[in-house]
Amino acid sequence: MKNNPVIKQTSFLLIPVILLFGLYVQFHGDYSPGGGFQAGVIFASGLILYALIEGQAKAEQVFSMRLARILSASGLLLYAGIGVASMFLGANFLDYNVLADDPLQGQHWGIFWVELGVGLTVTSVMLSIFYAFTNFK
Amino acid sequence: MEDIIIIFLLSLLAITAIAIIFMRNMLSVIMLGSIYSLLSAVIFVVLDAVDVAFTEAAVGAGISSVLFLSAFAVTGKRQVLKQKNKLIAFVTVSLTAAALIYATSDMPYVGDPNAPVQTHVAARYIEQSGSEVGIPNMVTAVLASYRGFDTLGEVAVVFTAMIAVLLLLLRREEEELDREK
Amino acid sequence: MLSGLYNYWIAILLMAIGFYIVIAHSNLFTKMIGLNIFQTSVFILFISMGKVDGGTAPILSEAYTAYSNPLPHVLILTAIVVSVATTAVGLALIVSINRRYKTLDEHEIEQQELEQE
Repeated sequence: MKNNPVIKQTSFLLIPVILLFGLYVQFHGDYSPGGGFQAGVIFASGLILYALIEGQAKAEQVFSMRLARILSASGLLLYAGIGVASMFLGANFLDYNVLADDPLQGQHWGIFWVELGVGLTVTSVMLSIFYAFTNFK
Repeated sequence: MEDIIIIFLLSLLAITAIAIIFMRNMLSVIMLGSIYSLLSAVIFVVLDAVDVAFTEAAVGAGISSVLFLSAFAVTGKRQVLKQKNKLIAFVTVSLTAAALIYATSDMPYVGDPNAPVQTHVAARYIEQSGSEVGIPNMVTAVLASYRGFDTLGEVAVVFTAMIAVLLLLLRREEEELDREK
Repeated sequence: MLSGLYNYWIAILLMAIGFYIVIAHSNLFTKMIGLNIFQTSVFILFISMGKVDGGTAPILSEAYTAYSNPLPHVLILTAIVVSVATTAVGLALIVSINRRYKTLDEHEIEQQELEQE
């Protein structure tokens, strides 16, 4: 499959679109269908497509296994960190109202960072699971 | 009109699932599984669950098929698909299904606005989320704000699953290296 | 009304098919696919419950007043992502089993276990 020019060219046309769409779904998730979970899997599927076409060695140059492990943990930490931050500001765990002066603005910031954490974790978990299976011989 | 579309799509889904039982070739089972996921994503769109459809299309038809294919490539291509205890399985499954179908006679119809599901907490989400959370997408508002604690747990589960996969698959390689020494 | 309970019946049928595959097929790999079918039937059951006649997708807009229930969508959305992660754990176990026994047929695995004893 790696040497088929048709598959290669179409995928190279599609991969930037998939990645861009993943980012759109991530950051526009408040207003349209989308959010961290969806964006994470869409972004990961774009990178997995690249890994399938170009082989894992090249894909690891873009998004290494080490980076995937670090990002998956930091996404979860970012999520929990927002909860701890709201606790330090005097509210309950994961109560975003206190994150900004205006409660609605605070909700907005809280949701933004939480969704970013979800997106990071989901993308890197999907990728490292894929790497683990393709590495296995 | 919408009813006809849903009935048509659900019937296609059932046919795909039945076809999976009778397949002899593992590769076609995996590909049918992928089609099955894509069909269910379409059904989710018709049932107004656009966010779910997104995820199902990317996960079911994309990532999980890739995972099945790569596991299939590792485990070897000569898999024999055999069925045993067909009769016992069929009887057990039919009895379970019959009991459940009998139970559906108590269920409210699909789309009934007065069903118990719609009258408790959902009304609050629909009416108040605009003023309490302030973002138009209710699914995101419930996911990240109202049920944020829940979602934190789900993310932790996904992360733990990754650790389990890495432990299972990577430890083997190290053992292999030890054996070679 | 014909379509009133049709969604639930199909969900039950799909559940039965998944269940049958898990019991009757002796190949562990096919069992995983059976489990996936089982899972999707639960997703369809939940999403069907959340549907409201005349409602639209739960995104606030001035043009609409009736929306479908967002709660099942949230539950299933996270369940799908968790399901692919747990499927990966199952596949990793299967790959390890295959390395140890050189087969994925549960009866052959049992046979090998008996011979070892």
